[in-house]
Amino acid sequence: MGIILIGERINGSFKDVGKAIQEKNKAVIREWVSKQAAPGANYLDVNMGAASRSVDDFAWLVETVAEATTLPLSLDCNRLDMFSTGLKTYRNTVGPDRPVIINSTTAEDSKLVPLLEMAAEYKAWILGLVMDDTGSPQDVDRRIELGGKILAAAMDAGLTPDQIILDPIVMPVKFMQDQARNVLLAVQQLATLSDPPPHISIGLSNVASKTEQKKLINRTFLVMAMAMGVDTAIVNVCDEELMQAIATAEILLGNEIYSDAYLKAYRQR
Amino acid sequence: MIPDTKKPWSGRINTVTIGATPAEGGTRATTVTIGGSGTLPYLAFDGPTSPAVAAMEVWDVYPQDWPDMLKEAFGDAMKDPASWAKACCAMGADVICLRLAGCHPDRGDRSPQQAAEAVKQVLQAVSVPLIILGSGNAEKDNDVFPAVAEAAAGENCLIGTITEKNYKTLTAVCTAYKHKVIAESPCDVNIAKQVNILAQDMGFPVENIVLYATTAALGYGLEYIYSVMERARLAGLKGDKMLAQPMLCDVGLEVWAVKEARVSEAEIPEWGAQSHRAPLWEAATAAVYLVSGGDLVILRHPEALRAVKRSVLELSGTPVAAATV
Repeated sequence: MGIILIGERINGSFKDVGKAIQEKNKAVIREWVSKQAAPGANYLDVNMGAASRSVDDFAWLVETVAEATTLPLSLDCNRLDMFSTGLKTYRNTVGPDRPVIINSTTAEDSKLVPLLEMAAEYKAWILGLVMDDTGSPQDVDRRIELGGKILAAAMDAGLTPDQIILDPIVMPVKFMQDQARNVLLAVQQLATLSDPPPHISIGLSNVASKTEQKKLINRTFLVMAMAMGVDTAIVNVCDEELMQAIATAEILLGNEIYSDAYLKAYRQR
Repeated sequence: MIPDTKKPWSGRINTVTIGATPAEGGTRATTVTIGGSGTLPYLAFDGPTSPAVAAMEVWDVYPQDWPDMLKEAFGDAMKDPASWAKACCAMGADVICLRLAGCHPDRGDRSPQQAAEAVKQVLQAVSVPLIILGSGNAEKDNDVFPAVAEAAAGENCLIGTITEKNYKTLTAVCTAYKHKVIAESPCDVNIAKQVNILAQDMGFPVENIVLYATTAALGYGLEYIYSVMERARLAGLKGDKMLAQPMLCDVGLEVWAVKEARVSEAEIPEWGAQSHRAPLWEAATAAVYLVSGGDLVILRHPEALRAVKRSVLELSGTPVAAATV
């Protein structure tokens, strides 16, 4: 019940976080932990961005975040050695039971196979982007084909659908306007791949990239995507209007019971 | 590969403890904890369940308009709330519910001090936990609740009710004197949620609230209440903290107001003996609410109490022959 919100803000691409990673400044990171926990993040994404390429820095960042919260993390990178070290550090810090997401794999075997092995070893969920070495698909069918491949491989590796998240890959509307609709159609079909279905996630902020109405486009698209079946999203949970739109969508979709103070109830959920 | 489709509930119903022993700052010999279900009522194979608790109702004044057969069940004990409460405990009540009916402007308009005195008498007479209900007149109850909550300070009572339109006074005094609160909503799950949010907004923990979706007697719209309770419980089990409260059913009040319980055999012979029919109506009404998620039922007739306790044991899988009811 309810969308799973992954807080996007601990990302080295943001200047303050990037600087904190380089200077090993725990206070800045901890502040973003509590700032995202307060409005109701369910997971915290941990991403070094361009701030560092060092495995040790990633381990430091994972440990810093994990020890500052009881929330589970989404380890966000694209190198196998970083995942391996990040997951090991995470388990050493929080023990065997707290959930964690490997964010992300693609449908390429060279990533998918070893990451699924790590998912099994570290009891992690896996987030799969529906792309491969030929790049991001432009049409719906290719998205479904690659989503199906990731889902089947993950289930063969012992994961259940509720431990698998498929991401149809959101594109900037400013540059690829027809892709927004293709993503929505893909969401609808990905949800029918298995019963129970896998989670379906979008990395929201990409849709509004370089636009002048970022927040409005973000929240409008997320609400549309939720109606199609998206139940996980990497978002800025500190965007109050976005959170209100999500709360309202949960009511309109019947995922939460209405009350006059439903916005307050959602904030305190 | 066929996945395992069993879905665990993500939420759990809160537990609410009523009463306080001397070690906890009160004078009760026992406390009662309701709630705690992790699945639908009595589905023990699926998760933790929480058998319902039965309270018996006493009044601060003699209940003049109760049917004779109900009065006969207690006789002279009804003359004062203390002896009435004692009689209820002797009959097996786990909790006493004192309804301050005499404080209603149309039923004696007793003062807050008199109400507080009645509470003290009952607390002295019995050692089980206490539920305290107002008269149903919101304005008067707001005068009465502060005195009553203070008189019962330390006893961890369950006091009701707060509503969407009238919640501030009782919520405040229950915060001050550390009592639990009954949140009432008129057969409406949206308002049930709203009242809880309002109480929480005043700093009152939703974990100390018991949800009362109102009650209807069998044959008088019981299905509607059943559905509301079911929706609230499903939402609570799915993780909605604003609907994860244990639920109360005020059964005796409703059942003994309808003709199926009040009419004598002489008036409608084909309905059979009232002495059998009326408690059965009360017990049957309560039994329905047990399976819709009722955690605490308030009853009036000793035969209904016995039948409900038996139902709870049966639903919980306890062999009734071995039970002492």
